[in-house]
Amino acid sequence: MKFSESWLREWVDPALDRDGLTEQLTMAGLEVDGVEPVAGEFSDVVVAEVRGVEPHPDADKLSVCEVYDGDAINRVVCGAPNVRAGLFVAYARVGARLPDGMKIRRAKLRGIESFGMLCSDRELAIGDDHDGIMELPAGLTPGADLREALALDDSRIELDLTPNRGDCLSIRGVAREVALLNDVPLTEPQIPVVAPTCDASFPVRLSDPSGCPRYLGRVIRGIDPQASSPRWLVEKLRRAGLREIDPTVDVTNYVMLELGQPMHAFDLARLSGGIDVRMARAGDRLTLLDGREIEPDAETLLITDDSGPVALAGVMGGERSGIGANTEDVFLECAFFDQLALAGTARRYGLHTDASHRYERGVDFELQELAVERATALLLEVCGGEPGPIVVTEDRNHLPERREVAVGLARLEKLLGIRIDAAEVDRIFAQLQFEVTDRALDDDDVRWTIRAPSHRFDIAIEADLVEEVCRVYGYNNVEARRPSQPLALGSVAIEQTSDRRLRELLVDLGYQETISYSFLDPVLVDAVEPGMAPLTLANPMSVDLSAMRTSLLPGLIDGARRNVARQADRLRLFEIGLSFTPGEQGLQQTQMVAGLILGSRAPESWSAPAQGVDFFDLKGDIERLLEQLGWAGLNAEPIDHPALHPGQAARLVDATAQVTLGRMGRLHPQLEERFELGGPAFVFELDCATILTRTKPAFSPLSRFPRVRRDLALLVARSLPGAKLEQVCREALAENLVHFTLFDVYTGKGIDSNEKSVALGLTLQSPSATLTDAEIGAFVDRAVAALADQCGARLR
Amino acid sequence: MSHPIAAEVDALVARALDEVAAADGTAALDTVRVRYLGKKGALTALLKQLGKLAADERPAAGALINAGKESLQQALTSAGDALAAEQLAESLARDRVDITLPGRRQSAGSLHPVTQVLDRISDIFVRAGYDVVAGPEVEDDYHNFEALNIPPHHPARAMHDTFYFGDGSLLRTHTSPVQVRVMEDSEPPIRVICPGRVYRRDSDLTHTPMFHQVEGLVVDTDVSFADLKGTVIDFLQRFFERDLAVRFRPSYFPFTEPSAEVDVACVHCGGAGCRVCSHTGWLEVMGCGLVHPNVLSMSGIDPQVYSGYAFGFGGDRLAMLLYEVDDLRLFFDNDVRFLEQFR
Repeated sequence: MKFSESWLREWVDPALDRDGLTEQLTMAGLEVDGVEPVAGEFSDVVVAEVRGVEPHPDADKLSVCEVYDGDAINRVVCGAPNVRAGLFVAYARVGARLPDGMKIRRAKLRGIESFGMLCSDRELAIGDDHDGIMELPAGLTPGADLREALALDDSRIELDLTPNRGDCLSIRGVAREVALLNDVPLTEPQIPVVAPTCDASFPVRLSDPSGCPRYLGRVIRGIDPQASSPRWLVEKLRRAGLREIDPTVDVTNYVMLELGQPMHAFDLARLSGGIDVRMARAGDRLTLLDGREIEPDAETLLITDDSGPVALAGVMGGERSGIGANTEDVFLECAFFDQLALAGTARRYGLHTDASHRYERGVDFELQELAVERATALLLEVCGGEPGPIVVTEDRNHLPERREVAVGLARLEKLLGIRIDAAEVDRIFAQLQFEVTDRALDDDDVRWTIRAPSHRFDIAIEADLVEEVCRVYGYNNVEARRPSQPLALGSVAIEQTSDRRLRELLVDLGYQETISYSFLDPVLVDAVEPGMAPLTLANPMSVDLSAMRTSLLPGLIDGARRNVARQADRLRLFEIGLSFTPGEQGLQQTQMVAGLILGSRAPESWSAPAQGVDFFDLKGDIERLLEQLGWAGLNAEPIDHPALHPGQAARLVDATAQVTLGRMGRLHPQLEERFELGGPAFVFELDCATILTRTKPAFSPLSRFPRVRRDLALLVARSLPGAKLEQVCREALAENLVHFTLFDVYTGKGIDSNEKSVALGLTLQSPSATLTDAEIGAFVDRAVAALADQCGARLR
Repeated sequence: MSHPIAAEVDALVARALDEVAAADGTAALDTVRVRYLGKKGALTALLKQLGKLAADERPAAGALINAGKESLQQALTSAGDALAAEQLAESLARDRVDITLPGRRQSAGSLHPVTQVLDRISDIFVRAGYDVVAGPEVEDDYHNFEALNIPPHHPARAMHDTFYFGDGSLLRTHTSPVQVRVMEDSEPPIRVICPGRVYRRDSDLTHTPMFHQVEGLVVDTDVSFADLKGTVIDFLQRFFERDLAVRFRPSYFPFTEPSAEVDVACVHCGGAGCRVCSHTGWLEVMGCGLVHPNVLSMSGIDPQVYSGYAFGFGGDRLAMLLYEVDDLRLFFDNDVRFLEQFR
């Protein structure tokens, strides 16, 4: 909502300067989004009258003008096509300074001396028009300062109104609010009742009275099609951000801005039969004023005549019946459309108009008569004509009612947390023009029942009154207090680890947390998880932000790519967030943690040559992470994953519970190349809900007896998984094996190429006795036998 | 009168001391010790000969020999100590390192600045007994809109710029649906905050299509606008660690009434006016209000018995203000040069 400050001050003029006024509006919930001057800074520009125009002897497009500025006749060379004798113009005298900083000097133009300049709207930063010079109203006094003559020391205020304040979408509404806030009177303009001078009318039928319960029509015959809107009207529209169109439309726009009632004017000659306000039917078609043709759906309220739709009700008129250059007979429409009936209509057709904006937020249902009278009077003033009677067609059963709403003092005090006198509430309701229909004293409580004025159609329930009282009382006058509450204690389940712990563990392992968009390029998703068919947005920002991630890896890989492109040569990244996987049970939104490492194992250092990360760097990190989260004993099972290196990809499974925790591996070299990662990259992804649940640690008694360690050097098949050796030893030795370590794996010189040499360290201990040499020997023999049997191992 | 053996002892001790002085290491000292004090050593041998002397001469001679042995022993000990000290000094000198060289290490990681801010916010509220709750990001229309008093076609929907999926589900535009789920699933008193990702179709310097919101909800039998103000002011002052001025402006949200926008005195200039606050002295940081009775009813809470307040703000926006970051998009670009600054 934009309007000029001076227009508002015609209605209400509190003792506040511009800053004070805008501050007050903002603090009252009518947020001021901008304040800008209605004209640029300039000086020594005056009203002048063009007394004579001669063509320039040496230039086709220039004229030599005699300009009277109240003191003298000045010669001005002007290039504007619309300069003509008798025109009142904005004349920048020699010495004037214009908004762009230009200083006006005497100048010779094609040999003829010019004293000053005639200005366009744009040259004075009043508007965008630069097709010709400004045409001022003839009544002005030559020599008068232009700023004063046009009241240009004014500002355009823009309000960013919340959807509940439809009542402030007019000068009248804002003025009412300002009057209330300052407790000063409102000066409403005199709006006379215009008596009809002819009996012309046009029939109206309301076939959908719930959508349109009231429709006022008035015919005005014989307006002057040549008339143009007066400067004051155009100027008020301009300062409110509307362009001049033609007098009829300008007047209806004016009334909408002033009173908040959207109106529409039809060319009566182009209407046939009568108006019917009805829902759209199959086959209806309408070409709108903006030239677009629509086929309205069955939810759409239309204004129709006997030959079909003539307007999209409350949104935009149709082309066929619009006011044209030759319109002489006008049919004015001033309707009340139900807020719900119009809700969403404009949006469905990709439209947003001043009218739809207002109807969607609600219009005063008792305003129509006043608006028609206002429009009639203005229209007659501008272009004459013979008004017919106002014809009111309405269905009172469908009109909103001024509902009764009640609130009690105790309730107000409790909800707002304030102490307030009943008299203060009385005063607030009076200021709001709320009609108190009942004021009951009940014990210590006072209970008001009120009826809000029709422009406050938003007042429907108790909470609305609580809000109004709070607003007028002043949000900032409510004393803040700290809530008090019983001190209930809380706890976190012992099996539960927090996200935060997980994050911090990863940070402690040297990982950098990242946050990527949850939607990304479907191509990227497909590269990492082909065939996943991700959930896709119907209205994405762009295609590359349209697919919901089914894994956190694509985002991480893309993040790595961008960092590598910025010359990062070593990365350790992780992210925690939801992945979205469509499935038979519907969409699964699963919290995952994923990570990526690439580059050297440690930061480059003097102490050791740089080594690139490999599978076991990442696996070590994950083992440590999971161990700290309470998961000991991790099995890695080989998997085939299209995004991972076929020989370095694992599913991670808890050895005891056989629960899958996630997956890890080296990215497929083709992906490393495709994403220009500059070398091997290793990734993991784990399911948070799983890894953040743990079993409560269980105590087992400490053995008092000494441990002994025996090392074994074995030859086994090269393909034998190392984990198998531990599994076999543990099975063979049970609780007597308290620690197992695989401390060497060797292939190469001296070893058959189908074999590898492994070295195991077995730490043995008995819970009940000191082991004898013989017992130790027996254990080792048992282990060796089992290893020979199940792993084909030979002692070296 | 000199004892006949005295000269012999003196000579032996003198010779031994010379050898101690000449010794160049522990081994040489040990040789000297063995040669004179060992079982077959020269001084030991003299002692063994005492028996050959007359009984009245023995004590004096013995004392002489023992004195000689003692002085030699002392010389050996002090020479040994000196040598040990010398060797220790040498070995310490050898083990000297360049302590200015950097340590051997893994690189340091860090938490994303938005995470740090969300954690900071959670900490503030958890200390006052709030629970932290999360919820789905792909939501249904009911929880994101209808249960929050935003029926279809409500003009407020236009403020949300919602991302939709083909089946009518959507990406939540705020974390309020989590509050609805909490109200559906639990009984008052309720005190929760819901941090999380939210999504709106918008992108410029201060808007990204995904960002983070934290919303709080308190429902109890005696909850007022004054309590809401107290909570909001307390929070902002704790968060920024300064007693910044806070003001409340009437506003509108379909799910609260009365509703307020909250401005805090500019954290950059303190209210004098600067680039950060667009020269207004204030920063709009929060929306809040008393929970609308329709919202309570729809989630099965009787608005005649209970009242509640709710507040919400942008985690990223607070992170921008706290760390003075001027471009929101940096938070989601994951440039490590940016992220590493927040260790």
